[in-house]
Amino acid sequence: MTRRVSLIKNLDWWTILLYALLVFLGWINIYAAVYNEEHQSIFDISQRYGKQLMWIGAAAVLAIVILIVESKFYSAFAYPTYLFMLILLIAVLVLGRDIKGAKSWFELGPIRFQPAEFAKFATCLAISRYVTQYNFKIHKIKSLFISAVILFTPMALIVLQGDAGSALVYSVFLLVLYREGLSGIVLFLAFIAALLFVFTLLWPKFTVLLIIVCSSLIVAKTYGLKWPAFAKAILSLGACLALVWLVAKGLKIEISNYLILIISLGINAVPFLVHAYKKKLQNVAWTILIVFGSIFYTFSVGYIFDNVLEIHQRTRINELLGIETNPYGSGYNVAQSKIAIGSGGFAGKGFLNGTQTKFKFVPEQSTDFIFCTVGEEWGFVGSSFVLILLLTLILRLLFLAERQRSSFSRVYGYGVACILFFHLTINVGMTIGLAPVIGIPLPFFSYGGSSLWSFTILLFIFLRLDANRLELLR
Amino acid sequence: MNNFSNRIYVIGGIFVLVVLIFMIKLFNLQIVDDSYKLSAENNSQRQVTQYPARGLIYDRNGELLVYNQAVYDVMVIPKQVKVFDTLDFCTLLGIEKLDAIKKLEQAKNYSYRRASIFLKQLSSEKYAVLQEKLYKFPGFFVQPRTLRKYPRQSAAHALGYLNEVNNKEIKADHYYSQGDYIGKSGIELTYEKDLRGEKGKKIYWVDVYNRIKGSYRDGKFDKQPISGKDLVSTLDIDLQEYGELLMQNKKGGIVALEPATGEILAKVSSPGYDPEMLVGRVMSKNYRALVQNDSLKPLFDRTLMAQYPPGSIFKMINALIGLQEKVINPFTRFECHNGYHVGSFTMGCHSHASPLDLRQSIMHSCNAYYAHTFRYIVESPKFGSVNNGYDVWRNHVMSFGLGQRLGTDLPHELKGGIPTLNYYQKKYRRKNLRALNMISISIGQGELLITPLQMANMCAAIANRGHYYTPHIVKSIGKEKGVDEKFTAKHETSIDPSNFPSIIDGMEMVVTGGKGSTGGLAAIPGIRVCGKTGTVQTGRVDEEDHSVFIAFAPRENPKIAILVYVENGVWGSRYGAPIAGLMIEKYIRGEISNSKKWIEKRMLEADLIHQVDKNKKISQSNNH
Repeated sequence: MTRRVSLIKNLDWWTILLYALLVFLGWINIYAAVYNEEHQSIFDISQRYGKQLMWIGAAAVLAIVILIVESKFYSAFAYPTYLFMLILLIAVLVLGRDIKGAKSWFELGPIRFQPAEFAKFATCLAISRYVTQYNFKIHKIKSLFISAVILFTPMALIVLQGDAGSALVYSVFLLVLYREGLSGIVLFLAFIAALLFVFTLLWPKFTVLLIIVCSSLIVAKTYGLKWPAFAKAILSLGACLALVWLVAKGLKIEISNYLILIISLGINAVPFLVHAYKKKLQNVAWTILIVFGSIFYTFSVGYIFDNVLEIHQRTRINELLGIETNPYGSGYNVAQSKIAIGSGGFAGKGFLNGTQTKFKFVPEQSTDFIFCTVGEEWGFVGSSFVLILLLTLILRLLFLAERQRSSFSRVYGYGVACILFFHLTINVGMTIGLAPVIGIPLPFFSYGGSSLWSFTILLFIFLRLDANRLELLR
Repeated sequence: MNNFSNRIYVIGGIFVLVVLIFMIKLFNLQIVDDSYKLSAENNSQRQVTQYPARGLIYDRNGELLVYNQAVYDVMVIPKQVKVFDTLDFCTLLGIEKLDAIKKLEQAKNYSYRRASIFLKQLSSEKYAVLQEKLYKFPGFFVQPRTLRKYPRQSAAHALGYLNEVNNKEIKADHYYSQGDYIGKSGIELTYEKDLRGEKGKKIYWVDVYNRIKGSYRDGKFDKQPISGKDLVSTLDIDLQEYGELLMQNKKGGIVALEPATGEILAKVSSPGYDPEMLVGRVMSKNYRALVQNDSLKPLFDRTLMAQYPPGSIFKMINALIGLQEKVINPFTRFECHNGYHVGSFTMGCHSHASPLDLRQSIMHSCNAYYAHTFRYIVESPKFGSVNNGYDVWRNHVMSFGLGQRLGTDLPHELKGGIPTLNYYQKKYRRKNLRALNMISISIGQGELLITPLQMANMCAAIANRGHYYTPHIVKSIGKEKGVDEKFTAKHETSIDPSNFPSIIDGMEMVVTGGKGSTGGLAAIPGIRVCGKTGTVQTGRVDEEDHSVFIAFAPRENPKIAILVYVENGVWGSRYGAPIAGLMIEKYIRGEISNSKKWIEKRMLEADLIHQVDKNKKISQSNNH
C-alpha cells in the first residue's frame, strides 16, 4: 500500500515559507524590543536577539530531523511520547525551578527548558491516536471519558506547576473533537457558559436571571412553541410571580425580587415538566433543565471566582471587564501595552523607533508582550499584516488537514491549527485588552527557545505526516 | 474523509471572525482613538512632572512646625545633549568639570532617552542665574522640587524625615518614580499618603534647542497637581522645646500626654538632632554621621523603641491589682525592716518608719510592702495555684496597655514585654512556680520591659482612674478629616475606678507629703501634683541607676500625664521628679514660677553625658 515519493517534492512549501517568514519577523521584533545603543551587533549572544538567533538555528536543525524520521513513527510512538511527557511534567514539579511563581522550568546549567511547552505536541499526538482508534465512538460516554482523561492529565499537572495559562490551551481541543463529530450543542453550551460567566461578574444576579429567562423564552418561541402555549407559559409565570409577591407581602416576609423570581420559576417548572413527560416533549424538558442549569451555574461562577481563582487572576479578569481599573497597579501591563500599540498609528514609528517599548514601559516586551513592539513600530499596517500572516498559516493548516487520507493525520493537523489559534487569540487579545492577561507566548514571535521549538515540532510533525499523505491510510 | 468535513467552515469561520475582531480593535486603538498617540511625540514634547506641595504640619496651637522651600533639580536627557561650553556650565552650577562629566556618564548609563537628575537641589538664587542661559545647553532643563524646612528646629523624632524613594518602595507603589521623596519616619511616614498629595503633569512643545514653545494641545492632557493635606499635630511645640532643653546633655526620654484624649503633648528622645540636618544635599553626610559616628544614637527614638524596666513606678499597678483582687485594702499594713526577708532571700529597702499602710508605702516607695502584696495576689487561694495567680496578675497588667504595641500613629513602636508564665517555667525549670521566683517584678525590676510611651500611658490611665485612649500625635488631617476612630475609643483597664483614690492619695503624698516624700522637687505651688519616683537598677556595676518619674496634674481633671526617664540619673528624685515638675508647670502655667528657677537652672546645667567619668558612681556607699 506504500508508494515511495520524494519527500522534498511532497512537502508543503507554502507552510514552510509562512513559518520562516513569521520566525524572521519575530526575531526582528525581539531585536527591536531589546535594542539599545550600547549593543548593536545582531550576533551579540549576551542579548536576547542573539540568543534567539541561536535558537532559530537549533529549530531549523530540529525541523530537518523531524522531516527525516519515518512518518509512521509519529503515530506508532504517540502514546510512549505522551507518557514520557507526563513523566517530565511530574518530574518538573519535584526538580523544577521556581520562576515568577511557576515551578515549570528545568534548569541544566545555562539551559532552561519548559516541559509544558512540549507537552502540547505529545498530547496532540496522543489524542489524535486515540480518536482514530477503531473502537472510538464520539457519542460513547467511555470514549469521551478517555479523551477527557488524555487532555485533563497534562492540564492538571500544568496547573499544579502554577502555570494556569498554559493549561488553558488544552481547552481548544474541544474544537478538534467538534470536527470529529462532537455535537455542536457542546460548543454552543461552552459559548453560553463563557458568556454567562462574564454577565455574572458584570451585572447583578437578578439581571442575569432575567436574561436567562427571557432568552430561553425567545429560544422556545423560535424553536416551535406555538402562540397559545407561549402565551400560557408567560401568563402562568406572571400569575405565579404575582402570587408569590402577594404572599410574601401578606406574611410580611422581607424577600428579594431575585428570590421571588426563582420561587415562581420553580413552581412553574413542575406542571411543565409533568406535561413534557406525558406528551414526550423533549425540547420543553431540555429548556427547563437548561434554565435551571444556568441558574445553578451562575451561582457556582460567583463561588469559583471568589474561592478557587487566585487574587491576581481575579484582578486580571476584573481589569479586563472594567470592574476594577488601576492603570498603575494590576492594570499596568495592559494600559502600557495599549498605549504602545495605540501610539503606533497607521504606519507605525518605524523600525527601532518605538519609544514605549524601548523605554521599558511595557513589561515582558520580548516575550508575552512582543505584539506591542509590532504594533508600535509597524502600526496598524504591520500588526494587521502579522495577524493575517498567522491566520493564513492556520487556515492553510486546516486546508492541509482536510486533504489527509489518514484520519490520524487529519486530527493532528486540526490540533496544530487550533493550538496556534488559541495562542494567537489569548496573546494578541491580552495586549489589546480583549482577553485577560494570561502569560502564553505568541507562536514563532515571542522570545524563548522552549516555545519556538515546541511550535516548530508541532508544525513539522504535521508537515511530515502531510508529505506522506498518499502513503498513509490511517 | 467523513461526513463532518463541512465543519471546517465553522472552525475556519471562528478563526477568521476572531482575527477580524482583533483588527477592528487595532483600527480603533491605532487610528481612531488619539489619546494613545500622545507618547509617540516624545521627541518634540517634554513632559514635566508637577510636584504637589507637601502638606504642612502645625502644632496644637496652630504654630507652624514644617513647611516647604523651593529648590531646583537640573535634569538631563543625554540624547538631546549637544556640544556645549562645559566651563561656563560648571561655573553656573558651581561644580567641577570632572564631576560634570561623571554625572553625564551616569545619566547615559541610566537611559539615553529618558530624563534623569543631573544635579540635585539647586538653590533659588543659582537657579535664577541658570534660567537665563539654559537655552545654551540643549538637553538640560530644570525641575522644581520642594524641601522641608523647620522653623522651630525641634521634635525631630516625632516629625520624621524624608528621603528619596528606594527601588523597593517604587515597586510597592507605582505612584513613586526615581528621585521622588517619601516619608521615612515619624509623622512623615505614617501620614505619607495624606501629606504627599497627587502629582500632576504638564506637557510642552519644545524646539530642537529644547526651548519651551508652548503648552501641548492647549493643556488638553495636562493634569494639575493636588497639594497634600495639612496636618495638625497634638504636640505643644513650646512644651516640646522646653523638654528638649531640660533633657540636653542627658540620655533618656520624656512623654507627656493629655489623659482625657491620649494626645501626645511632648515627646522628647534625648539626645536628639536638629531636623534640618536630614534635609537636602547635606542629608546623606549627616545621616551617616548620626548613625555611624555617634555612640549616643541620636536617631534612635527612645520614647518608642527603648525598652526599660519601669522600676518603682510599677508599684502602683501592683497596688491596684491587690485592691482589685481584694487581697489588701488601703489600711493593710506590712512590716519592713530595711527590706523583705524570707529564709535566705532578701530584697533590700531603705530606712523608713514601719509598718506602713498603702498610702505611706507609695510615699516611701517601700519594697517590702510590694513583695508582700505581690505574694498575696499570686498566692491567693482563690486562684488555686501560683501559676493561675500569675496569669490573673499578668492580665491585669496587660489591661494597662503594657507588654503590647499601643497602636499609636508613630512608626517603629516596640512592644516591651511582660514575662509569661511559660518564660518563668523555662527559666526555673519547674512547672509550678513559686511567688519568690518572680518577686522582683513586684517592684518593677527583673524581666519587665516597658517603653517610655507605655509608662506615660500607664500614668494617664491612673490619672483617668482606670481608662486610657491610645496615645497619638495627629489631631486632624486636612480640612475635615478628624482623628482616626481607634484614637477616640476608650480602653478600660481591669481595675475598678473605686480602687484609685487611695493610690492617688499616695501619689500626691510622694510630691507634697512632707518628710520622707520622694518626689518633693516635682511640687508646684498651687497645683496638686501626683507622682511617683522610680530608681531602676541597671544590673551593671559600672553604670548608675536610671532616674524615673511619672506624674499627673492637677489631681482632679488632670490636664497632663508625664513620664521622665533619665538614664543613669541615679535616683528618681534627682532628675526625674524636678524635670517632670517643670514640664507640668510649663504646660499648665506657660512659665516657671520664681520659686522654682533654681531647680530649672540646676536641670539645664546638669550634664550626664560629657562628665560621665566624673559622675560615675559618685560613691559606692551612697547607693541603695
